[in-house]
Amino acid sequence: MDWTALIISLRLAVFTVLILLPIGIVTGRVLAYRNFPGKGMVEALVALPLVLPPTVFGYYLLVAFGAASPIGQLWQATFGHQLVFTFEGLLLASIIFNLPFAIQPMERGFEAIAPEIREAAACCGLTPWRALLKIELPLALPSILTAMVLSFAHTLGEFGIVLMVGGSIPGETRTIAIAIYDRVQAFDEAGAAQMSALLLAISLITIALVFIFSRRGDRWPK
Amino acid sequence: MSAPTGLQVELRQDAPIPLAAEFSCAPGEVLALVGPSGSGKTTILRSIAGAYRPRHGAVAINGETWFCSDDNIHLPPHRRAVGMVFQNYALFPHLTALQNVMTAMDHLPRGEREAEARHLLQMVHLGGLEERRPAALSGGQQQRVAVARALARKPQVLLLDEPFSAVDKATRQRLYREIAELRRALHLPIVLVTHDLDEAAMLADRLAVLHHGRTLQTGTPEEVTTRPLSPEVARLVNLRNVFDATVTGRRDGGGVIIQWSGMTMETVKDTRLPIGTAVCWVIPDGFVVVHRRDRPSRGEHENPVSGMVESMLSIGQAAMLTMRPHHDARLPLHFSVPLHVARRNGLAPGVEVTVSLLAEGIHLMPAA
Repeated sequence: MDWTALIISLRLAVFTVLILLPIGIVTGRVLAYRNFPGKGMVEALVALPLVLPPTVFGYYLLVAFGAASPIGQLWQATFGHQLVFTFEGLLLASIIFNLPFAIQPMERGFEAIAPEIREAAACCGLTPWRALLKIELPLALPSILTAMVLSFAHTLGEFGIVLMVGGSIPGETRTIAIAIYDRVQAFDEAGAAQMSALLLAISLITIALVFIFSRRGDRWPK
Repeated sequence: MSAPTGLQVELRQDAPIPLAAEFSCAPGEVLALVGPSGSGKTTILRSIAGAYRPRHGAVAINGETWFCSDDNIHLPPHRRAVGMVFQNYALFPHLTALQNVMTAMDHLPRGEREAEARHLLQMVHLGGLEERRPAALSGGQQQRVAVARALARKPQVLLLDEPFSAVDKATRQRLYREIAELRRALHLPIVLVTHDLDEAAMLADRLAVLHHGRTLQTGTPEEVTTRPLSPEVARLVNLRNVFDATVTGRRDGGGVIIQWSGMTMETVKDTRLPIGTAVCWVIPDGFVVVHRRDRPSRGEHENPVSGMVESMLSIGQAAMLTMRPHHDARLPLHFSVPLHVARRNGLAPGVEVTVSLLAEGIHLMPAA
């Protein structure tokens, strides 16, 4: 069992989820309630990681973060080391490829709040900020939890993009999914089996949680 | 502070939803906006609340401007003291009845909110149900929570959007009485949106008849339902006996004489319309009197019309009749009589009948 890899995976997943939480709430809410030119394009971009092969997506991220790119150069100038093949680079990639998993459930959650409920909040004298905290977020909570759990699980399991952007540097970017692949390559059947069983258990629990949250969402008739 | 002057509303726009509405509502008055679905009633209510911003117009309450397109003023809903009861109540499903009401009390110190919310729930007869969520309340109870929540904000105007459409008939009757009581206690302008004319006539002091966002007529229920300004209003208030005629003369008593498809009719309306003017006339149900067979009836000499009963439908204790007059069978005349009157006179489809159209009930309007 590669505990270092497991800890890197968990760190990556936790940071990804925490950073995506505000991004998902703001973007999901805007997409649910506002109409603006180019909205379809934005939704398509958000959904792109769902359909693009991870290696293709990883390749473009590698190019975009590389030492020759503006992002890579800016990072190098600011922090004094390169972005690719580091934990930070991996985190940035992870945030980007998890956008659909975070934003889409939250968007659906905000959409499901009837417009007159939001109008009622305003007619009760709640400022938009108070209405968000007291009415919208509690009603969208099951969807927000679903989004967080999905992003968490998806980060633990992602392989292609992690390999492209992060490489497999032990203690820095070697996640548990990559460690499993390495174990198989090294004919360490037992190690691969242990880690695979752990990921399987985490995935199962995740899916169970998603179902529990979505059932909670039905508890309040619309 | 000056004496409350009530609500003044004037809204105009061509698109996306056409609006040409103008009305006022005094403190303590109930104004009903009536009209078919899609006539802009809810849009007007949302414009008062601030949830919708029309292109042109003004909304003012007790001298305070909430919206004025000329001065570019548009207060957001949370800064307008409105109490709004939504059509499906729009209660917050994750909060209890008490919490729903307390949500609208941000203006009160935290410590006073719960007592005040309990007091309001008592007032709408919901004592004991404070801890229930909306899903555990009946339709009528939900409506009462919505009313309590609307009042919790100490509103300057109460807006009711079809508040009785989602409850059964028995509950509705009880809620009517409660709204009538509330309105005596509150002394607020109350704007009620409804498509049910009977409901409007029962609860409101004045009606504003709307069609395609336009206020066609504003007046007491009696005015609007017996003296509509136009054939369009007549149709909207369910007056079915609307016909074309021409002014042909003037009676000694003052009323004009009209010619209705070859038949001469007397009215008591002393209009200044010159002879030869094309008009529309309307007669409400209650002014059509059936001639009794056994003895003369009241007003028998007034505008007698004979014809054949085409259909008769009894609804409760009333019979709704349609007759085809002999002088022009293309112009069906509708009226209703108590069921026992219909029985006594042997009214049934195919039977000959003579009715009088009482002159005092005939109302003239400009031709469509």
